[in-house]
Amino acid sequence: MKNIPLPDPPVPAIEVRGVTKSYGSVRALGGISLSIPRGELFGLLGPNGAGKSTLINILTGLVRRNAGEVKIFGYDVEHDYRITRSLLGAVPQELVYDHFFTVRQTLKIQSGYYGVTRNGDWIEELLERLELKEHEGKTIRELSGGMKRRLLVAKAMVHKPPILILDEPTAGVDVALRRSLWDLVRQVHAAGTTVVLTTHYLEEAEELCERVGIIHRGVFVALDRKEALMRQIHHRKVTLEFASPQSGLPPDLSELGGALTGDGMSATLLVDRSNGSLQSLLGLLGRSSVPLADLQVEGAGLEDVFLQLTDEKGRKGAGSRPAGGSR
Amino acid sequence: MRGLTAESIIPVPFRTLFFREIHRFFIVINQTLLAPVISALLYLFIFGFSLGDRFGSFHGFSYLDFLVPGLVMMGLVNNSFQNPSSSLMISKFEGNIVDILVAPIGHLEIVMGYMLGGMFRGLLVGGCILAVSCFFGVPPFSHPVYLVTVALLSAALFSLVGIAAGIWAEKFDDLALFPTFIITPLTYLGGVFYSIDILPPFWREVSLFNPLLYMINALRFGFLGVSDVHPGWSLAALSTLTAALFGACFAMLRSGYRLRK
Repeated sequence: MKNIPLPDPPVPAIEVRGVTKSYGSVRALGGISLSIPRGELFGLLGPNGAGKSTLINILTGLVRRNAGEVKIFGYDVEHDYRITRSLLGAVPQELVYDHFFTVRQTLKIQSGYYGVTRNGDWIEELLERLELKEHEGKTIRELSGGMKRRLLVAKAMVHKPPILILDEPTAGVDVALRRSLWDLVRQVHAAGTTVVLTTHYLEEAEELCERVGIIHRGVFVALDRKEALMRQIHHRKVTLEFASPQSGLPPDLSELGGALTGDGMSATLLVDRSNGSLQSLLGLLGRSSVPLADLQVEGAGLEDVFLQLTDEKGRKGAGSRPAGGSR
Repeated sequence: MRGLTAESIIPVPFRTLFFREIHRFFIVINQTLLAPVISALLYLFIFGFSLGDRFGSFHGFSYLDFLVPGLVMMGLVNNSFQNPSSSLMISKFEGNIVDILVAPIGHLEIVMGYMLGGMFRGLLVGGCILAVSCFFGVPPFSHPVYLVTVALLSAALFSLVGIAAGIWAEKFDDLALFPTFIITPLTYLGGVFYSIDILPPFWREVSLFNPLLYMINALRFGFLGVSDVHPGWSLAALSTLTAALFGACFAMLRSGYRLRK
């Protein structure tokens, strides 16, 4: 990155206020607000067509907002576009590439677009870290899907931006590569880079992100720290495994919503941790003659939060809640 | 105080885009440089060298001498158009246009980068056609300054047409409209192979509305000192059109027309 003076820390890395965007009669963003402090690893979640990519594209300048304010380190993304684009590195969702050039040439050209020259050492390091070194002389067509994805990450980082935006970076990649990309994101974040991650893989957001925003039909339906969101889910899934096949459950367990599996060897039930049901269940199990072999209690994950919030909003209809704010 | 450096005079993003455009067409040199030169060589051989004597003289020059400026202009115009138009269209098709759209490159730098890349290819092809034609006879270069000015302006004009077409086109079929229905007919009917003096009066008048007629004759004036139209008018028309199209391309990029949503 070229030397651009960044304002003092109170100024957030990304500030979005009341942003709206419509494509014809279709509303993509309904007046959302968001503030991401510098150094945060933020997860932007939402179902397909929720407005995630529109928001990302407004940040990068590919899409123009209808109303509202969008600032990167205090600079407006349209008025000061040359500064804000220098401060961002974006990995697009689609595998876009220029088949005329080799991997190394692509990275040199990308550096040039950002006004960066004589950065051979950094390009070398990126090639090594992203395991592209041995493919540096290949044209993009000769690369596998995973390599192309890694090249996109390298392109986004080639000018050492203080903000890295990853739009579905692990879509369609194998487990090993997904893990190595996660490690890279962690390293980049640890070095002080603000990271915005959009993903369909809720496990990914749960693993990496500090704070999460769930966007649905163009508005935030949740915006909070990951742990706080997961605490909103009161139900726990309890699995009981039996030492011998059961023909039925005791009436008390059935009343708690327990359901026996087909082979009679286990049962699952949802209990509400907020009203003492878990305590009741343990008491029941102690008193009953059911031959219990094992018991598992599963906590709520982001997936439960996501499903609950997007299902609720889906039922209630679009735009029922104004933008932004924690729930 | 920092001294003047290449980077402070010529912005790196613009320079990168310009060199990328040149590098891109050199990668497919058979298609971009050799093919048009071979075509022009065939025209020279068949029409100029083999059949030329049967056509008599034009403005006091042999048909071969008369033909060369038209062929140079044809190669220059086609290739100046093709470089930016195909580059933009391929970038849009493959999606890598976002590399430029999200980078901190000014609109003016984008227009200049694509335009100069197109001009470079057009002038290189035109220069190669001229070099090959010298085997058949060296033209007199009657007005060299005028000649160079016209060549530069013509290359710039059609590079800008290529930029506008590349931005406007949504598929390769849209882009094919330009060479098929506009550039090629206007070039062939613009006096590459003949002087409008041989046309019936009505068609001579119609030909005066063809901008390529002025460009081809302007180049011919630079080489041979003869023209079907006044060279001053040609230069004025060329300069005005180039300036107008430059403004149009800048406005398209600034507004994000068909590039940003």
